[in-house]
Amino acid sequence: MNTTRILHRNQTATTVVRYGLMSLLALIFLFPIVFMVISSLKPDLQIMQDSSSFRAFLPVGDISFDNYAETFVRAPTGRFIFNSILTTALTVVLGLLVNSMAGFSLAIPRWRGRGLVLTLIIATLIVPFETIAIPLLLIVSRLPTIGLDGITQGWLNTYHVQVIPFVANAFSIFLFVQFFKSLPQELVEAARIDGASWFQIFANVMVPLSGPVFATVTILTFLPMWNAYLWPIMVVQIEEFRPVMVGLQYFFQLNVAWGEVMAYLTIITLPVLVMFLALQRAFIESIASTGIKG
Amino acid sequence: MTPKPFVRMWSWLGAVSLIAAACAPAATPAPTSAPAATDAPAASEATAPTAAPASTEATTADATVLTMWYHGAGNDVERTILTQIIDDFNASQTQWRVERQDFPQESYNESVVAGALAGNLPDIIDVDGPIMPNWAWSGYMAPLQLKEGTLDNFLPGTIGTWDGQVYSVGLWDAAVAVFARKSVLEANGIRIPTIEEPWTFEEFDAALVTLQGTGEFEYALDLGTAWTGEWYPYAFSPLMQSFGGDIVDRSTYLTAEGKLNGPEAIAFGEWWQSLFERGLAPGTSQDGADREAGFIDGRYALQWNGNWAALAAIEKYGDDLVFLPAPDFGAGSTIGAASWQFGISAKSQNQEGANAFIQFALQDKYLAAFSDGIGLIPATASAAALTKNYAPGGPMEVFFQLSQAQALIRPPTPAYLSAALVFEKALADIANGADVTTTLDAATDEINADIESNNGYGFK
Repeated sequence: MNTTRILHRNQTATTVVRYGLMSLLALIFLFPIVFMVISSLKPDLQIMQDSSSFRAFLPVGDISFDNYAETFVRAPTGRFIFNSILTTALTVVLGLLVNSMAGFSLAIPRWRGRGLVLTLIIATLIVPFETIAIPLLLIVSRLPTIGLDGITQGWLNTYHVQVIPFVANAFSIFLFVQFFKSLPQELVEAARIDGASWFQIFANVMVPLSGPVFATVTILTFLPMWNAYLWPIMVVQIEEFRPVMVGLQYFFQLNVAWGEVMAYLTIITLPVLVMFLALQRAFIESIASTGIKG
Repeated sequence: MTPKPFVRMWSWLGAVSLIAAACAPAATPAPTSAPAATDAPAASEATAPTAAPASTEATTADATVLTMWYHGAGNDVERTILTQIIDDFNASQTQWRVERQDFPQESYNESVVAGALAGNLPDIIDVDGPIMPNWAWSGYMAPLQLKEGTLDNFLPGTIGTWDGQVYSVGLWDAAVAVFARKSVLEANGIRIPTIEEPWTFEEFDAALVTLQGTGEFEYALDLGTAWTGEWYPYAFSPLMQSFGGDIVDRSTYLTAEGKLNGPEAIAFGEWWQSLFERGLAPGTSQDGADREAGFIDGRYALQWNGNWAALAAIEKYGDDLVFLPAPDFGAGSTIGAASWQFGISAKSQNQEGANAFIQFALQDKYLAAFSDGIGLIPATASAAALTKNYAPGGPMEVFFQLSQAQALIRPPTPAYLSAALVFEKALADIANGADVTTTLDAATDEINADIESNNGYGFK
């Protein structure tokens, strides 16, 4: 009896300590977001005055939504958000389609050289984007565009220049390959026996079972696209095509309006939080199943 | 997990993409068809230049478009004034029509370099003064063809010269000074210096020790170490120059040897390091908020700051505030110079029009409008006389005098772009306790290697 009580007490203590530590960690990770949101409601002077005390995390003092209104005056914030949603959504959708099909073709059908192809694709991961940025710029600046004006030279100052170079992604392909390989191969064999084509197997057998990896790739594609900065400043020289991260620079003047910066950051962080919260269960499941640390 | 949520997710993302793509405007292929700035003009206290006619469309419909890139996105005041200048220019003639595209300052240089690589630069660009030689050397810019005598009365820091030719010209300049309170100096028996008779090294150092010794201030001097980036070479290299050192040897521009690591530079470095060791100035970990408010709050006795910060200090201290010249550490008093300037892209097919616009923009009324709007120093004395701050007797008149008397542009060499980064790191390292001689030797080697790898940047 005593032993059971001691064990029970130990378990309770362990749970309390574990939850206490987890809550502490959660608070540490939440602090920057809380600071950002709270500061977005304060005037600049108060942000500075509160920054050295715990008031920085409390909605006290002169609280208003003025900074949010100002973000739409100083910059075409709505336009930037629209641009980022468009380019990010297009890249995610096209990326899921292209990379999942590539992953399937490298994981399931057996064909000569697929190992080599996969190795080459994975090898591109060691090349940082900054290394290829300038050659890529030179290429896209000379590519033809077919539009309402006929054929024009160059992809600069368009949406598709912010999307197409990032559709095919080696890491996404790798994740799909890993996941497809982990699925029971008997399903593929059964479908083959039933006369299904490779595309039918992909679409009707593999994709419905691959929710977690699709969620993971969605998040991993979404984040860098939403945060895109270097590439847009190289290829977009017109305000109407700029994404949110370039728009952030509008707020860094000689005297930085910190309240507006925080309000703008809060606005552009919301889609990221929503996306992550919507897909977090599948994301964690996928990471656990593929052994990949995100 | 069932597949249904992912089918829905795909459908949702696909629908968003399609709807957004359908709503998106047609792609604009080149900056020659860039739209006019769409941002709403903001209230500005700027001096209003001559108002443009209500519509310029009728007169300029057939005009050749001059494209222009400007670094002031997000700055309502600059945007309003520049829009007015462009409107006035477009209305003043029928041959050219300027269309501007604004860029955020933080990413402007990268955009220009990318535009140059892609062969996509506009007709008119603006360029930060110390960067101009690099862009001219790189072939991004063409020399200006202004009317004879146009720049005769311009402050030296507003004229960008490379290889004996003027490539850029600014409508304003900036200047730094020692911000101080007369009452504090007098109470501690410290002489108030003048441009003609600035503090000597010994006087300045003794003043700092005295002020620190009062116990009234956290620090005797706020150098602004919280402001990283260009502030370091802009604000601190003149101090080294006043010792007799420099970032590079200006007699050849082929080496930093003997200048950045010579005895004068080392003497500067040792004094610089001692400021932090003796607790006279906040170090590199200074908080940005302290930089903004420390002097205004009375926690710093003196502050090394620019004219753009002067109005807030005047508002706080009124007549008690004085702007003092840079000390003379032995080789004369110097302050940094050169701010944003207008130039012409080398690939422009409309250089005549681009020159005409720049010539038009250099009128005193526009120089004064910019000065009143953004607080910077107008490029000419006649324009200064039109401003509220820099006119004779104005609260910031001294900054115009400082620009005339002490301004020394940062080394006008393409090497400056990388040398400035090396200089900044060296000064930060020294402030944090690194060995002065070793650090300056390493910085010298790094700058020399860069110059060598670029074959002397055209100076050989």
